[in-house]
Amino acid sequence: MPLIRDGSFVEDDFYFVPDGKAFPEEKGVIVTLARFQGEKDTLLAHHSRVGVRLAANENPQVLKSDLSRLAAVVLEFPKFRDGRPFSWARMLRTRLGYRGEIRAAGDFLPDQIAFMVRVGFDAFEVRQDFAIADFRRALNEITLAYQPAADGRRTIRELRAR
Amino acid sequence: MYRYDEFDARFVAERVEQFRGQVARRLSGELTEDQFKPLRLMNGLYLQLHAYMLRVAVPYGTLSARQLRMLARIARKYDRGYGHFTTRQNIQFNWPRLVDVPDILAELATVEMHAIQTSGNCIRNVTADHFAGAAADEIEDPRPIAEIIRQWSSLHPEFSFLPRKFKIAVSGSPHDRAALRFHDMAVQIVRNDAGETGYRVLLGGGMGRTPYVGYVVGEFVAKPDILAFLEAAMRVYNEQGRRDNLYKARIKILANALGPEEMRRQVMAEFEEIRRSGTLEIPAAELARIDAYFAPPEFETLPDTMPEASAAFAGWAKTNVSRHRAPGYAIATISLKPIGGVPGDATADQMDAVADLMDAHGIAEIRVSHEQNLVLPHVRKRDLPAIHARLGEIGLDTPNAGLVTDIIACPGLDYCDLANARSIPIAQKISRRFADLGRQHDIGELKIKISVCINACGHHHAGHIGILGVDKKGVEYYQLQLGGSGAEDASIGEILGPAFDKDEIAGAVERVIGAYLDLRAPGERFLDTYRRVGIVPFKNVAYREQLHAAY
Repeated sequence: MPLIRDGSFVEDDFYFVPDGKAFPEEKGVIVTLARFQGEKDTLLAHHSRVGVRLAANENPQVLKSDLSRLAAVVLEFPKFRDGRPFSWARMLRTRLGYRGEIRAAGDFLPDQIAFMVRVGFDAFEVRQDFAIADFRRALNEITLAYQPAADGRRTIRELRAR
Repeated sequence: MYRYDEFDARFVAERVEQFRGQVARRLSGELTEDQFKPLRLMNGLYLQLHAYMLRVAVPYGTLSARQLRMLARIARKYDRGYGHFTTRQNIQFNWPRLVDVPDILAELATVEMHAIQTSGNCIRNVTADHFAGAAADEIEDPRPIAEIIRQWSSLHPEFSFLPRKFKIAVSGSPHDRAALRFHDMAVQIVRNDAGETGYRVLLGGGMGRTPYVGYVVGEFVAKPDILAFLEAAMRVYNEQGRRDNLYKARIKILANALGPEEMRRQVMAEFEEIRRSGTLEIPAAELARIDAYFAPPEFETLPDTMPEASAAFAGWAKTNVSRHRAPGYAIATISLKPIGGVPGDATADQMDAVADLMDAHGIAEIRVSHEQNLVLPHVRKRDLPAIHARLGEIGLDTPNAGLVTDIIACPGLDYCDLANARSIPIAQKISRRFADLGRQHDIGELKIKISVCINACGHHHAGHIGILGVDKKGVEYYQLQLGGSGAEDASIGEILGPAFDKDEIAGAVERVIGAYLDLRAPGERFLDTYRRVGIVPFKNVAYREQLHAAY
């Protein structure tokens, strides 16, 4: 699946390893929360880059003590209407201080990307036919924000105060 | 009232252009209707039974004369010459063409209006007491905080895909004219023992399939902390609200499942975290800046006497004029419920004429009430006869505010694709039956509210008499509910019994009202009598002449 990182298509340097499957030798690995919790020590010992994929009903709070050792957290959108990952991403960035990759996976709309970037997502697994122009357009349509989020953007109130 | 600065203006302009692009992609076929739907719904554009419907936000129900004229212009230029004021203080245009909608939004932007978040599973347009800033019993005008909430919630990146829509109401009075207890969340300005004003926050009210009266989740939130508090509650809801069942997705279901104590604990825990970060604290200077926009007009020193005029004027003044905080001033309600008319509809000509009337009498703003009427908030008492006379010339002098013919009704099957039955013809039938003004005054305050699907846009659960239209095997039937109230004594109406068919519902309402007239003690309103005697006496008469009950 194509991956957008820092605004451009990049080669995905992580493998998602489904539960029960063996780990590859190279590259980073992404596993489910259940597997991470079960095999945490082995995983972190043998792989330099480990990521965890969370379902929409899994609160990243459970990863709190492991976050400094994780290279990526993947947040899954089961349906574009399911807005829980917006809160999860924001909490990862602003409450838990996570600085690694927060990747969006699953069913989301190009028109949601601006919101996703604001709450802290910085990587996006997109469909094969996804056009990078849509990504750039989504980010440039609305240039002002009323509320603080996780992107450090100056809010309208801060701009007014200048 | 609030005025956009360069940032507000640019924000809305960018949103218009974003939507223009989305419409262009739809028209070119790049987007399918399925892909376009979530985008248009984020901008108040519905696809109804016969056409698109555009719902324009009237933030906290306040409009200037200039904005009202723009609504008239849009009704005339892009629609069929009228608009429909809704129970959420908004206005709906029923016949716009998709290709015109970006231009409509661009025209609205020129008068600082938009359609942002008038639909979708987001924080909807904030509603307020329609007497805000004018009511005699008010502690403080609630509109400054409504404006602060409007800005904070506009395109909120975390809360634009909630489990379900989210409605916030605000009020600054102990007397509740904003149906606070039936909102997902409500902010009420209160004064504490130390004499400071702050906010009481209620949560978990709602109508729909399972109606609930909201409970207090924050007893006294300090002013600078209100956004942190609201954001905390929104986060609890976004994370835990149900997403498996459309009908159980509103916060009322979560609020009821958790219970007040656990909900308060979770909101408070989240609130403390946000407050610690300090990012949402509202600086005193910002509160003062927004407050200044809503400073009351300078009231003249006037004798506090009601002018003498015709009997018709006296009748109108009795129901449609309310007490103002300043001596010599009054609040005037313009009823949009002519006998036999469509509740909430106003023509372009009427809107223009009302705007002219505002200018002629130095009235800077007008309100849309959740009861689907218009309200002139600051009127010199001595101007009332002239205003009444002019309203008469444009068909807007119906003297029925708060009476039995001041009926709230959802658009129903004449427009809405969710409706199970027609709503407007039932309202018209009841209105005609009680047309006699002497009879209306004899009956006194009585709120009839009609919805025709379980979404309850017509607030039937909160009606003294509520009517719910249902479909039984392709035939329209109407259930009666009695004893609801949307005021500070909020209650949910009780279902009377089997539904009535469309030809019998008005008669049943009449018999129920007849029973009240027989049973009432001196000074009792319908609601008071109902609460004293209970449902049985009403049941006994309602079905007396019943022929076609839908058992």
